[in-house]
Amino acid sequence: MLASLVGFLGDFDKAEEAAQEAFAIAAERWPRQGEGEAGGLPANPGAWLITTARNRAIDRIRRERTLAEKVRLLPVPETVMDVMDEFDDTVIKDERLELIFTCCHPALPLDGQVALTLRALGGLETGEIARAFLVSEETMKRRLSRAKAKIKATGIPFAVPAAHLLPERLDAVLAVLYLIYNEGYSGRVDLGAEAIRLGRVLAALMPDEPEAHGLLALMMIHHARRRARFSGEDLVLLEDQDRSLWDHAQIAAGRAALDRAVALGGRGAYVIQAAIASLQTAERIDWPQVAELYRRLAELTGSAVVELNRAAALAQAGDPAAALRAIDHLDLDGYLYFHSSRGELLRRLGRDDEARAAYQRALELATSTPERRFLARRLEQLAAGPDPATPP
Amino acid sequence: MQYAMMIYADPGYAEALPEADREAVLADFAALLDDARCVTAAQLQPAETATCVRVAGGRTLMTDGPFADTKEVLGGLCLVEAANLDEAIELAARVPVTRFGGTVEVRPVVAR
Repeated sequence: MLASLVGFLGDFDKAEEAAQEAFAIAAERWPRQGEGEAGGLPANPGAWLITTARNRAIDRIRRERTLAEKVRLLPVPETVMDVMDEFDDTVIKDERLELIFTCCHPALPLDGQVALTLRALGGLETGEIARAFLVSEETMKRRLSRAKAKIKATGIPFAVPAAHLLPERLDAVLAVLYLIYNEGYSGRVDLGAEAIRLGRVLAALMPDEPEAHGLLALMMIHHARRRARFSGEDLVLLEDQDRSLWDHAQIAAGRAALDRAVALGGRGAYVIQAAIASLQTAERIDWPQVAELYRRLAELTGSAVVELNRAAALAQAGDPAAALRAIDHLDLDGYLYFHSSRGELLRRLGRDDEARAAYQRALELATSTPERRFLARRLEQLAAGPDPATPP
Repeated sequence: MQYAMMIYADPGYAEALPEADREAVLADFAALLDDARCVTAAQLQPAETATCVRVAGGRTLMTDGPFADTKEVLGGLCLVEAANLDEAIELAARVPVTRFGGTVEVRPVVAR
């Protein structure tokens, strides 16, 4: 609804005001059953709200003399309240895609893009967004109004970018959704679910974009495992997770989205990551295939962290020595998982002293309680002597 | 709406380019100036020619500028008429220096 109003009015604040007014009228009028034309639930509540909000906004603009110039430019519909019920949802243009591209415009600061997307598209309240990002409501309010002011002042268009700009701009949209998702993944589940909802909207609005389906698949498959990732306060590794806690319906939905992405010829970074996540939910994980996908992802991204993940997959495929060779040259000294991965590989190779040193370094870098507890436990196990299963 | 494009570049970057690149830079810049959306443009003399003026207590004070802590200095200005920010950004991306490490700052002009 907001998308349609922003599209019509070209202004976030006016659209929000108009929507609020329309809801207020509805709250007053809809419960009044059987009082003639003016009471009761309209045949199409969604269309009714949008049309009411539009008409209210037009009234308001007409009243504001300073905007007289703009009123002439607005296509004023001849509708009045009593014919409104004839409106059908299909005649109201869906402008959510335009809204997504406006909210995720790279000229806006990233935190503003995220906040605006959640506010305008997700319909979250300012207070909810503030709590999700651990800032005060006042700060979030300022962040939102700065972003809205920049859209207005700089003429950021309310439009789907032209074809030659689309790939880059779609990347920006996907990055914002994935950022929202990852905020949710570190414990605040509601944002994860919100990101998936937004991802569904995007994939439905851009059905031929493989990366939109790829991102949706990636988020769903990860999200499906969220309840198994923690045992109380403790982090549970993939191989130790209780699979009965996984949401298998969501995994299936994620795989369907992945199939669609692949069928569209998707070979991008989100599609590959979704394919890896999908392989990792298999009964017997095909680790050589996972390592191969990480190799392709590393080619695309040039990321040392991806190389690290490839090494972990190589180790799982049964070759910890090759894995250790693959990561020892990586320049990731400040990265917790570099040291914990090295620790794990060294432990498997029976090089306990070096493993201890690596885990110790990882522990120094760990900030979250579950991570610290996990690493401390590994160190205890090493201190307790060699694992009988470890070859000498 | 009108946008100002402020062009920041390493002083003398064009001179340091190979002949072919330098010719392309000049041709691209000329094409941009010929674009109907370009209202006006100015290339500035080197930063060493700048004078900064303030007035304090009725006296006009002058210092020579600038303050070259940063490598990039304002080298030129361009005023364009564009439908929206995306169109202005496309014009800005056509300023040749953006391909050689320079920056163009795009700001909407206050309507009068």
